[in-house]
Amino acid sequence: MIPEIGQFALIIALCLAIVQGIFPILGAQLNIRPWMAMARPVAQGQFIFIAISFACLMYSFVTDDFSVLYAASHSNSLLPVQYKVAGVWGGHEGSLLLWAMMLGFWTFLVSIFSKNLPDEMVARVIGVLGLIAVGFLLFLLLTSNPFERLLPAAPDGRDLNPLLQDFGLIIHPPMLYMGYVGFSVAFAFAIAALMSGRLDAAWARWSRPWTIVAWSFLAGGIGLGSWWAYYELGWGGWWFWDPVENASLMPWLVGTALIHSLAVTEKRGAFKRWTVLLAIIAFSLSLLGTFLVRSGVITSVHAFATDPERGTFILAFLVVVVVGSLLLYAWRAPKIGQGGKFELMSKETMLLVNNVLLTVIAAAVLLGTIYPIIIEGLASVGVIEATNKVSVGAPYFNAIFVPLLVPLVFLVGLGPLARWKKAEMPDMLRQLRWAFIASAIVAVVVPLLMGGWSWLAALGMVLATWIVTTAAYSIRLRFKATNAALPWGHRLNAIPRSFYGMHLAHIGVAVGIIGGTLVSNYMSDKDVRMDIGDTVEVGGYTFRFDGVIETKGPNYTANRGMIRVLQDGHEVMTLEPEKRVYTVQTMPMTEAAIDTGVWRDLYVSLGEPVSGGAWSVRVYHKPFVSWLWAGVILMALGGITAMSDKRYRLMARKEGKAKNEAGMAVPKIAAEKA
Amino acid sequence: MKLKFLLPLLIFVAIAGVLWKGLSLDPSAVPSPLVGKPAPQFELSQLHQADQTINRDSNLGKVWLLNVWASWCVSCRQEHPLFMQLARMGEVPIYGLNYKDERQDAIKWLADFGNPYVISAHDYSGRVGVDYGVYGVPETYVIDKLGVIRHKHTGPVSAQALQDTILPLVRELKKG
Amino acid sequence: MKKFMLVALLCLSFPLSIQVQAKEAEYATGTPEIHNRVMGVSEELRCLVCQGQSLGDSNSEFAVDMRAQIQEMMEGGMSDRQVVEFMVERYGDYVRYRPPFKASTLLLWFGPFILLAVGVAVLYTNVLRRGKQADEAPLTEEQQRHAAALLKQDSGENKA
Repeated sequence: MIPEIGQFALIIALCLAIVQGIFPILGAQLNIRPWMAMARPVAQGQFIFIAISFACLMYSFVTDDFSVLYAASHSNSLLPVQYKVAGVWGGHEGSLLLWAMMLGFWTFLVSIFSKNLPDEMVARVIGVLGLIAVGFLLFLLLTSNPFERLLPAAPDGRDLNPLLQDFGLIIHPPMLYMGYVGFSVAFAFAIAALMSGRLDAAWARWSRPWTIVAWSFLAGGIGLGSWWAYYELGWGGWWFWDPVENASLMPWLVGTALIHSLAVTEKRGAFKRWTVLLAIIAFSLSLLGTFLVRSGVITSVHAFATDPERGTFILAFLVVVVVGSLLLYAWRAPKIGQGGKFELMSKETMLLVNNVLLTVIAAAVLLGTIYPIIIEGLASVGVIEATNKVSVGAPYFNAIFVPLLVPLVFLVGLGPLARWKKAEMPDMLRQLRWAFIASAIVAVVVPLLMGGWSWLAALGMVLATWIVTTAAYSIRLRFKATNAALPWGHRLNAIPRSFYGMHLAHIGVAVGIIGGTLVSNYMSDKDVRMDIGDTVEVGGYTFRFDGVIETKGPNYTANRGMIRVLQDGHEVMTLEPEKRVYTVQTMPMTEAAIDTGVWRDLYVSLGEPVSGGAWSVRVYHKPFVSWLWAGVILMALGGITAMSDKRYRLMARKEGKAKNEAGMAVPKIAAEKA
Repeated sequence: MKLKFLLPLLIFVAIAGVLWKGLSLDPSAVPSPLVGKPAPQFELSQLHQADQTINRDSNLGKVWLLNVWASWCVSCRQEHPLFMQLARMGEVPIYGLNYKDERQDAIKWLADFGNPYVISAHDYSGRVGVDYGVYGVPETYVIDKLGVIRHKHTGPVSAQALQDTILPLVRELKKG
Repeated sequence: MKKFMLVALLCLSFPLSIQVQAKEAEYATGTPEIHNRVMGVSEELRCLVCQGQSLGDSNSEFAVDMRAQIQEMMEGGMSDRQVVEFMVERYGDYVRYRPPFKASTLLLWFGPFILLAVGVAVLYTNVLRRGKQADEAPLTEEQQRHAAALLKQDSGENKA
C-alpha cells in the first residue's frame, strides 16, 4: 500500500510541477497576476508530495518491504538501521528521488525567502525550477521508478553494497546533491533575467546568496566524497580524477567563476552576459554529471547500474535544457548590454582572467573525461585505428591542473587588493613585496624540513604562503581604513562579512594546497609481508604485527589485525585494520585503520594472508593529509560567512547599515577619492 | 555579431554528439593491438597430460579458437554451454588456455561441466596470458591458418556474438 | 633517498631493538632499488581490471601479478622503457596511465592551452574595446544634487 502511495504522490508532484512550470512563466510574460501568484503555493505543494513519496520509500526500506524491487536490490534485514535509511539513496532510482526532493526543497526555500523580489521574477524563477522538476519526475516515473514491485516478494534483500555501508553514505550524497541542485537556482535566476530582458546589479544581488550557498554545499559534498574514498577504499588515495569525481568538480569550478562574476555584476554592473552564461554552464555541468554517472558512457567505481535507455533520456533532457537556455541566451544577450568600463589593469580584469582560468580548467577536465569516447567514436567510423583508444587518468589531469593553478593563485593574492576600474599595479606589487619574500622563504624551508627537496612541494608552499600573506595584508589594510576612534571590536565588526568570507575561503584554498602538496610529495609507505612479531618502520614510527583475530559484526565476519605502533620505543597506540566478508554479498572488504592527527595520518591496511600465519600489510605515513579536509571546510565556511553579509539579510538591512556606516563613513569616501 | 552568442550552443552540440555516440560504445573494452598480428609463441604443458606440451605452431594450417578460462572464473560458466555446443558441432576446433589455475581444480571443473577443448594448455603463471594481452577471464581469440590473430572477444561469449561475429569470421577464414 | 635512510637507520638501531627475534619485514617486491623501479613503472601503467587506478596503487590480483612480472623482467635486465613497451605491445595504448603523445592525442594535450590562449586573447580585445568606449557621461548638475540628497538621506537614517 505504502509504495503505491509513494508512486501516486510522485504522479501528483509531476502534475503540480507541470502547472508550476507553465503558468507562472506565462503569467509573467503576459502579466497575468493570478498565474504569477500560483508559483509559490504550487511549488510548496510539489515539495510536500515529493517529500511524501520519499518518506514512503524510506518506510519500505526501514520495514524491510522486499516486495519493492529497489529495496530488495539494495537492502537486507540484517542491515543496520542507519544504512537502511541511507540505502534509500544508495542506488540509481532512490538517488534520483533524492535529487528530485532536493530540487523541491530548494524551490520551497526560494518560495519562502523571496519576499523582497518582484513578482514576475519570482514567478519566472519558480517556473523554471518547475520545468526542471518535470524533467526529473518524468525520468523517474518513466524509466527509474523506485516503487516498482517485485512479486512474489523476495524473502530477503540483496544487501547494500558493502562499500556503501559506511557513515560516508549518510552524509556525502545529500550534501553533494544540495550543491548540484542548488545551482539550478542560479540557473533559474539567469533564465528569469534573460526572459525579462532585465539584468542588473539588483538581479546579481538576489542571485548571489543562493549561488554561494549552493557552491558551499557542493564544496562540502566533494570534500566529503574525497575523505570517504580516503578512509574507505583502503589505500589512502583522496582524488583519482575518476569521471564521476570530475563530474562534480566541473560544476564547482564553473560555480567558483560564477560567484566571482556575480560579485562584479553586483558591484559594478559589468560582466552581465558572462555571469548569465556561467550560470547556465554551471547547471548544465550538473546535469551533465548526472548523465555521465548513470548512462554507462564511462566506467567508474561510482557509476550506477547503467542502462543506455536511461542514458538516452537524460541526454535528451540535457539537450532540451541546454539548447533551450543557450538559444535564449543567443537571442537575449545582445540586448543586455555591456556594462561598465574598466582598464586593462583593474580588479575587473583580474576577475575576468580568474574566470577564464577556472573555465579552462573545467573545460580541460571535461576534455580529459570524454576523450576516450571521442577516440573510440572516431575509431568506430574508421578515422583512426581502434587501438588508439587511450585512457586518461591522473597523470594527464595533474599535468594540466597544476600549471593553470599557478596564475590562478597569483590572482587570489592580487585580486582583493586591486581597485575597481583602474588598479595601480606597480604600487600593488610594491606593497606585496613582503608577501613575495615570505613565500620564497617558506617555499625553500618547508621542503627541507619535510625531509627532501621537491620542486612540486616548493611550488605548493609558494602558492599557499602567497595566499595567506596577501590575505593578512589585505585584512590589515582594511582594518586600518576603519574609524580609528572606535574600539577594535567595533572596527572588526565594521568590516563586512563578505570580506571576511572571501579571505576565509581563500585561506581554505591555501590550507588545501598545503595538505595536497605535502601529502603527495612526502608520503611514505611500505608494502610488506609480516609474520607475527615482525616490525616495519615508516615515517619515524615502528609498526609491530601482533597477529589477527576473528570477529563478527552485525552483517559480516572479519579478520582484525592488531598492529602496535611504537615511537621511540614506547607504545603509543594500537591500530586494528580489518578484512571483512559481508554475509550476503560475500565481497571481501578492506577497512583500513587510521590514526588522524593534525600533522600526519598513520594508515594501515591489511592485505592477504600468506603462508604460516603471516599477512601482507601496507603501512602509510601521510603528513598533513587532514589539511585537505580542513581546507574544504574553511572554503565552505567562507562561503557561508560571505552569504551572511548584512546586505543579504534584508530585514536587518536598514539597522545594520546604520550601525556599520557610522564606523565606515568617513574613511570609505576618502578611499574612493584616492 | 550574432555568431559569437551562438558559439556556446555550437560547442554544446558538438559535446552532445560525442556523448550520444558514447551511448553505443563500451567504455571498458580494451581493444587489442594483437589483432592482425601473429599469435605469440608459447610452449606449455597440456592440462590433462602434464608430460606433453602444446605450442602455437602445432595449429598452423587450421582455423581455431583459443579460449582463456579458469575454474575460479564465474563468468566462464556462463559461456561454457555455448562452447560445449560449438565443440559438438565440430565446425571449429577449440583450444583452451587454462589461466592461473591449479591443475587439479581445472581438471575437475572440466569433468564436472564438460570439456569442449581439444587440448587445454596449462598457463599456471599467467605469463602466456600476458603475452596475449589477457587482463580478464574469459577471453576468446580467433586464429587463422597462418597463425594470425584475427579477432579477440573479451568477456563471456554470447550466442549473439557467436552468430554475428565469430562464426561468420571462422567460415570466411576457412575458405581462404 | 628517504627509503635508503630509513633502511640504514633500522640497521643501526637493530641491536637496540626490543624484539630480538623478530625481523624487519621484507618488501613484497625484491631489493629496494628494483622495488622503486617497479613502483615507478607501475605508476605509469593502468590497472586494467580496476577503475581508474595505476598498477602501483591497486591491490587487485591482476595488479599484484603484473608487478611481480615487471619485477622479473627488470631482474632479467629490461629497462623501464622496455617494460612499458612490452606492455603497450600487448595491451595497447590504453594500458598507459598517462595518455601518450601522438597524433590522436594532440587535441587532448594541446586543447586546454589553446583554449587558454583563445580565452586570454578574447579577454584582451574585449577589455581594450571597452577602453575605447565613450567615457560614461559625468553626472549632470541635477543628477549630482539628487545623489547628494540620497546620501544625506542615508546618513540621516543613521541618526534616527
